[in-house]
Amino acid sequence: MTNIPETGRTPRVQIRLIVIQVLVLSLLGTLGGRLWYLQIREGDAYAKEASGNHVQQVVQPAVRGSILDARGVPLADNETRLVVSASRTDLLKMKDDGEAVLTKLAAVLGMTPKEVREKVRLCDAETPQPCWNGSPYQPIPITDEATPKQALQIRERAEDFPGITAEPQALRRYPSPGESNTAQVLGYLSPVTDEELQQAQDTDSPYLRSDQVGRSGLERQYDKQLRGKAGVTRYEVDNLGRVIGQAKADAAQPGSNLVTSIDARVQRVAEYELNQAMKDARKEWDRNTNEPYKADSGAVIVMEAKTGRIVAMASNPTYDPNAWVGGISAKDYKRLTGKASNYPLLNRAIQGQSAPGSIFKVVPTAAAVNAGYSFDGPYQCSSSYSIGGQVFKNFESKGYGPISLGRALEVSCDTVFYRLSHEEWKRDGGTKPKKNANDWFYKTAHQFGLGAETGIDLPNEVTGRVPDRQWKLDYWKANKDAWCKYGKRDGSYAEKIAYENCLEGNRLRAGDSVNYSIGQGDTLVTPIQMATIYSAISNGGTLYDPTVGKAVVSADGKTVEEIKPTSHGKLPISKQTLASMDDALAGVATRGTAAWRFADVGWPQDKIPMHAKTGTAEVYGKQTTSWFATYTKDYSVVMTISQGGTGSGASGPAVRNIYDALYGVSDDGEINKKNALLPTPQKSLPKVRTDGTITSPKVSKDPAKDQRASQKGEAEPDEQQLAGTVATPTPENRDTRRRRRRARRRGSRRMLT
Amino acid sequence: MTGANSFQVSGYGPERAGWTRLFARDSLARRLDWPILLSAIALSLIGSILVFSATRNRTELNQGDQYYFLIRHILNTGIGIALMIGTVWLGHRALRTAVPILYGVSVFLILLVLTPLGSTINGAHSWIKLPGGFSLQPSEFVKVTIILGMAMLLATRVDAGDKQYPDHRTVVQALGLAAVPMLIVLLMPDLGSVMVMVVIVLGVLLASGSSNRWVFGLIGAGTMGAIAVWQLGVLDDYQIARFAAFANPELDPAGVGYNTNQARIAIGSGGLAGSGLFHGSQTTGQFVPEQQTDFVFTVAGEELGFIGGGLIILLLGVILWRACRIARETTELYGTIVAAGIVAWFAFQAFENIGMTLGIMPVTGLPLPFVSYGGSSMFAVWVAVGLLQSIRVQRPMSA
Repeated sequence: MTNIPETGRTPRVQIRLIVIQVLVLSLLGTLGGRLWYLQIREGDAYAKEASGNHVQQVVQPAVRGSILDARGVPLADNETRLVVSASRTDLLKMKDDGEAVLTKLAAVLGMTPKEVREKVRLCDAETPQPCWNGSPYQPIPITDEATPKQALQIRERAEDFPGITAEPQALRRYPSPGESNTAQVLGYLSPVTDEELQQAQDTDSPYLRSDQVGRSGLERQYDKQLRGKAGVTRYEVDNLGRVIGQAKADAAQPGSNLVTSIDARVQRVAEYELNQAMKDARKEWDRNTNEPYKADSGAVIVMEAKTGRIVAMASNPTYDPNAWVGGISAKDYKRLTGKASNYPLLNRAIQGQSAPGSIFKVVPTAAAVNAGYSFDGPYQCSSSYSIGGQVFKNFESKGYGPISLGRALEVSCDTVFYRLSHEEWKRDGGTKPKKNANDWFYKTAHQFGLGAETGIDLPNEVTGRVPDRQWKLDYWKANKDAWCKYGKRDGSYAEKIAYENCLEGNRLRAGDSVNYSIGQGDTLVTPIQMATIYSAISNGGTLYDPTVGKAVVSADGKTVEEIKPTSHGKLPISKQTLASMDDALAGVATRGTAAWRFADVGWPQDKIPMHAKTGTAEVYGKQTTSWFATYTKDYSVVMTISQGGTGSGASGPAVRNIYDALYGVSDDGEINKKNALLPTPQKSLPKVRTDGTITSPKVSKDPAKDQRASQKGEAEPDEQQLAGTVATPTPENRDTRRRRRRARRRGSRRMLT
Repeated sequence: MTGANSFQVSGYGPERAGWTRLFARDSLARRLDWPILLSAIALSLIGSILVFSATRNRTELNQGDQYYFLIRHILNTGIGIALMIGTVWLGHRALRTAVPILYGVSVFLILLVLTPLGSTINGAHSWIKLPGGFSLQPSEFVKVTIILGMAMLLATRVDAGDKQYPDHRTVVQALGLAAVPMLIVLLMPDLGSVMVMVVIVLGVLLASGSSNRWVFGLIGAGTMGAIAVWQLGVLDDYQIARFAAFANPELDPAGVGYNTNQARIAIGSGGLAGSGLFHGSQTTGQFVPEQQTDFVFTVAGEELGFIGGGLIILLLGVILWRACRIARETTELYGTIVAAGIVAWFAFQAFENIGMTLGIMPVTGLPLPFVSYGGSSMFAVWVAVGLLQSIRVQRPMSA
């Protein structure tokens, strides 16, 4: 009835049409808003997702840099090997999880199916080694020793071996020049873990899935420099993985070479002598425990005294670093980490700590002088020293009468240091210390760098311990509950000790100060700390940060980054005192406790002044620890053997032999320069050519054997020199040649594939 | 200007007179709705570029000829425009008499789909394969015939002046007319088309002035029906999966959620200006399935960005806005209903299509009008444009 004349339309329809129009426009508005939200507000996130979608990376791994000795002899390098790997992702796509393929593969490789299966399973809490601890998306190496024939079999029958690849790969190799092993110093590599991958994602050196990462030693310390940068080619691909876009390529940058201060020959001699000394010690009878010495572990360090550079560092027991290459086998892993083998992975030169015994005495000597006592004394060297009812005996209960501190060092008189330390302890207030106690003996130890890392360029160095008042208190707090529970007034020795500790373990007792003064009791040091200290005494007082790395040289040899020696302090000794101490330590080698290893057996002291200090540390419940610290003007050599006997007895001959090898000294005291391995420290760096090859001298098959031979005069010196440089057809060198031929065969295999 | 030119000008005098007549006041060309026409042409051309971009590398689809889809899309557009001209030429009033025949033919065609002649694409059994590699999707034409059929039934007595509003009987007849093809399409099953048809029916009823009870009753029935369909398990697994993936696209990014995810990545990565034509990595990499048809909007989103995607929405907006005006301004209820039905059709189909690429609507197989590749759809929407033009042209000029 209310028709609108113009359109003949009722208002109901008209209103509804407007409703439709509004509805339609709001729908379109919704689309526009959503489009804005996706493209403008969230656009960046989606753009990132899109690029992740369509970009595939192809990685060319960078060749890891070599680790060279001071003259350029490779201690760690790479070789090309045929690696057969399995892709888990491909295997799991099969109905039987790849069981059939792996069994077939095992037959080709001459392994048992079980071995192969174990190699490709993933590590978790319940799975014992061998297992794969790298990324599950990465091809898992099954063997790195495939023959070209095996590789061909796998490749030609690719349809029979889905998910299996046989490719030549650069693998780490530890060539052990001249039988040197250097295992703990070099460290080892293992595949990168997911966690590390994640952590390094946004740093300037991200890891790749296929990366091997240095896990210990130099491989870990210098991982970043050695690793180089993998080349990444980015391809744009479509949904089926077909390449559609142009590649953006970053070429691989090979890792830099690390030149170390290690001399492979000296290293070999040090390792050989350490092992020999331990073997010999096991033949000695320990009268205290009524059994042969166990000599369960030991370490030796040869350090350049004027720079803190490490020429040789050996730790025993040791292992073959090549065991880690291409994935470690179950047997090897068990052997390396088991208690039975006494943890050969530990580098005892920096991770072994024990009471230093008398080689510690240079510290209380300096402390006494700093506390105001005269160096010249005289001080009474009685056969024993009593506090209250407790009697502290001199070593083997000898007495020397009134002597100077220097003479006390020479003869290693304990009672002189007992008395001085006890006096100082009393002066500081005894068990109720004065507010600002001097604590000279402890302060000096800290100034010598004890109780702290030396800062060596190797990971996981331990600090040792200076058992001062603070430490006593902290230690008591941590342990008093256990002590008080276990301790009994009238129980066994251990129970009595615990009872005593419970009552007054928080205080520095008189006995503690006495024990401490000769490096006993709770005192702990590492061999590297002692080497640093004795080097400092040699060089006039500078405590250098020990270094193994000497320079980082780029793969093309163009950039050389030298690692300059740095110091972490000066010995708190005046020049005069240092000179007196130097004299006294020379005296140890000429008329003191080490004379029977040097001056008495033909050491040319006038040409090469030798300084030494012996130490025999007592450890509760164990045999004595042998310590021997020595230095000349260029080197300091420190050796220790746990449960090995006396300092000069167990370690003495070995240290002497190392010096003989360094300087070319024969048994009769003659110096034959031609036999000397390193009469002065190696100054120049090896040359790395632009093509990446390295000029390095040849190392004879076994410098340690050569050295032993030359000592006995069995070989003509000239011939020895030849053996060290050029291969001549002596029986020994025939072996060398065989080795080399083997190496060449590996090279030719590379050509084949 | 040279003498030759002036000669030509005089030489073509008669032609000029023809053009003048064409553009004279009250002439056909003057009365055409140009915004709709130009928008539709623009959308079709944009569509052809997007289709080309999406298919030039899909060798498994284009039989090695990268222009295969481009040429066909342009050809389809040409045929569509011809159909539009034919529609305008005949006029919607003249067509009104042919509605029963058209309706009958379209219902026959969708019945044919259910016979062995029909073929299944992407889970929907809604195509008829023709010789020469062509295929027909009759449900697209049914959308037109439902609109025409219902409009004819509902408007006849009102336009005759008998009634102010369609009575209940007429409404029931009209609903019955729509229900028959809808049920058949539901059997295919082509759920997307059924959804469009439901919305068309709703729009038609609204515009016809039918009682509110019908409108709300239908909405209620539709809701109930949807629940019933869901509960009774009439839907195929793939359809349920699509809805589940819509509700939670991260559910199965490699499976049913893949489409939605990849589509959203493609559009999202476009940003303001897009990655440039033929430079979209998602498009070039063929990460979005069905990109030349149902997911064509993702090409625009990725390669032309917010500007390009917004332009498409804007052009669709122009068409819908003008179509609404046509619906309001025409004097006959028949024209109003037809125009409103087309508005409901285009609006819902565009919203559903773009909405699913943007992740705000579930994935269904519906083309984007004018833009998506597909002959049947292209022909149907151009016929609809023809109908709109005809309604506009035949309306008496107001002042």
